[in-house]
Amino acid sequence: MSPLLEVTNLSVEFRRDSGDSFIAVDNVSLAINAGELIALVGESGCGKSLTGLALPGLLPDGARLGEQSRIVLDGTELTVLSESGLRQYRGRRIAMVFQDPASSLNPVMRVGDQVVEAIEAHRKIARQQARQRAVELLAEVGIADAGSMVDAWPHELSGGMRQRVMLAIALAGEPDLLVADEPTTALDVTVQAQILELIDRLRIQRSLAVLLITHDLGIVASRADRVLVMYAGRIVEQTTTARLFDAPMHPYTRGLLAAIPRIDVTSPALQSIAGTVPSPTSWPEGCRFHPRCPLGIEQCRRVIPPLVEVNPDHRAACIVTTAVEGA
Amino acid sequence: MSTPLLEVTNLVKHYHQGGRTIRAVDGVSLTIDRGETLALVGESGSGKSTLGRAILRLEAPTAGTVRLDGEDLSNVDGRRLRQLRRRMQVIFQDPAASLNPRRSVGDSIAEGLAIQDIVPARERGARVAALMREVGLDPGLADRRPHQFSGGQLQRIVIARALAVNPELIVCDEPVSSLDVSIRAQVLNLLRELRERRTLSYLFISHDLAVVRQVADRVAVMYLGTIVESGPASEVISAPRHPYTRALVSAVPTPDPARAALRIVLAGEPPSPAAPPPGCPFEPRCFHPLKNETCRSQRPALLPAGDQLVACHHEA
Repeated sequence: MSPLLEVTNLSVEFRRDSGDSFIAVDNVSLAINAGELIALVGESGCGKSLTGLALPGLLPDGARLGEQSRIVLDGTELTVLSESGLRQYRGRRIAMVFQDPASSLNPVMRVGDQVVEAIEAHRKIARQQARQRAVELLAEVGIADAGSMVDAWPHELSGGMRQRVMLAIALAGEPDLLVADEPTTALDVTVQAQILELIDRLRIQRSLAVLLITHDLGIVASRADRVLVMYAGRIVEQTTTARLFDAPMHPYTRGLLAAIPRIDVTSPALQSIAGTVPSPTSWPEGCRFHPRCPLGIEQCRRVIPPLVEVNPDHRAACIVTTAVEGA
Repeated sequence: MSTPLLEVTNLVKHYHQGGRTIRAVDGVSLTIDRGETLALVGESGSGKSTLGRAILRLEAPTAGTVRLDGEDLSNVDGRRLRQLRRRMQVIFQDPAASLNPRRSVGDSIAEGLAIQDIVPARERGARVAALMREVGLDPGLADRRPHQFSGGQLQRIVIARALAVNPELIVCDEPVSSLDVSIRAQVLNLLRELRERRTLSYLFISHDLAVVRQVADRVAVMYLGTIVESGPASEVISAPRHPYTRALVSAVPTPDPARAALRIVLAGEPPSPAAPPPGCPFEPRCFHPLKNETCRSQRPALLPAGDQLVACHHEA
């Protein structure tokens, strides 16, 4: 069975007014099956959000896909579609939710009307039926008393409730793939857990494929089937969640895992990664992690490490650790 | 027993908005000793930041007292308050927003020195350089503007500015929440080093219990304007007693797939501080097996339970 979504060699390039350009996403490949939750993990500026936006063709002004980029959804190549062709996929096959539900909702429109609007955008349906469907969707995302909550205004809802409404809107087109970009980052921890549980339930009940974009490896541990770690525009490691936490290969992944403060452990000196995350306009030559890497060798300065298979279902882009492992 | 550095007693901060009273902080008492770190933990709307601001007297409390080294801040004149304020500094979540984008970072660090007239003008440059070195920055960067620094470096600059006046207490309001994970530990390590070197006390305000575990000696958990549990950090986090603390501890994402499965997912969200429940503030979301009518009608007092203080009718 071929995966629901198959992305190959996805690159995103920015061209600035001054004429120069830079790459923000560099040769990313990934695949997601129906009903699978894949996490795309990385720190700010690594290109994870742009990767998510590229899937439904929502790149910001000034950005464009590299020529080799291929995005195939259920057998259809999306990168060759026109804007109107893409619109058939946006929302209907690929839906998105973002970090800040407050700014994604229209503040002067009742939440039910916003769900109705989303339903009507995707199919011809009588108003009364669309409204009924909106109530069903709001109930499906766990909004209690959905029948009266359709008339609520966004400001009357808490952050968690607003994110539920955003998920109802995302489901309005009955999508196959949900791209969730930091969907819980703006929420309190107890509410985060609720939203993650909801996304997981939707994945199971609807066989929804989910690409969860997050900076938080802790969130990943509890929900994802597989994890892709991004650094400076490239995938540096990809494997199953269990393996990533048990046997991380890339020094960046190892550093990230060690840097997460643990609630169950206190340490005299917390591990950090030296230096800072480079900006896409000044990525280092060779392996982009080498200036911060504790294991770097001379070759790392020159050679861009390929993402190689070190084990079935485990790839890493590091010439030092993958050589040791293979030996 | 010696006087604690900070002593807060029955602090109340209410706001009035459109005829409603918002009980942001509703009777909080706490102390911090010299060299001690107290973490104030809670979710948004719990009142933890308002409490921090009221302690610093950035806002006048509605009731209650704040004593610094025994002196009641509400009973001193403006000049004395300025002198006492010098002993308390604050670091906020977003360092970029705390710094003037048009001033060099060196000038920003020197600001407090000038206002408090601590160091003669001709010695300020050397003092700024020493402060920058102390927080791990190259003094050669003093002439640069904030936009030329990363988030982690900016937070170091804000810390240097706070240190300029030699404070004894620093209120740290979510100091690492906006930083990348790989940078966060650098700043936490710096805060720990400074505490040792300068015998600083911190009121460390955070929603992140895993971060708190790394820095706090004691923890106070806030819910809807009140403290529901407090005690030694190791006890509160490894053996929480209040049901809310238990849920909060279990909700912390852990990079350990096995542990992640053991999770209490709380129903609902915190009620509005404009309409707190009549009894225990946590009662509407509480999952305690003994929850009963008393919880609905009577607010539990914060009482000793083991090494902790707990505000729960069924745990204290």
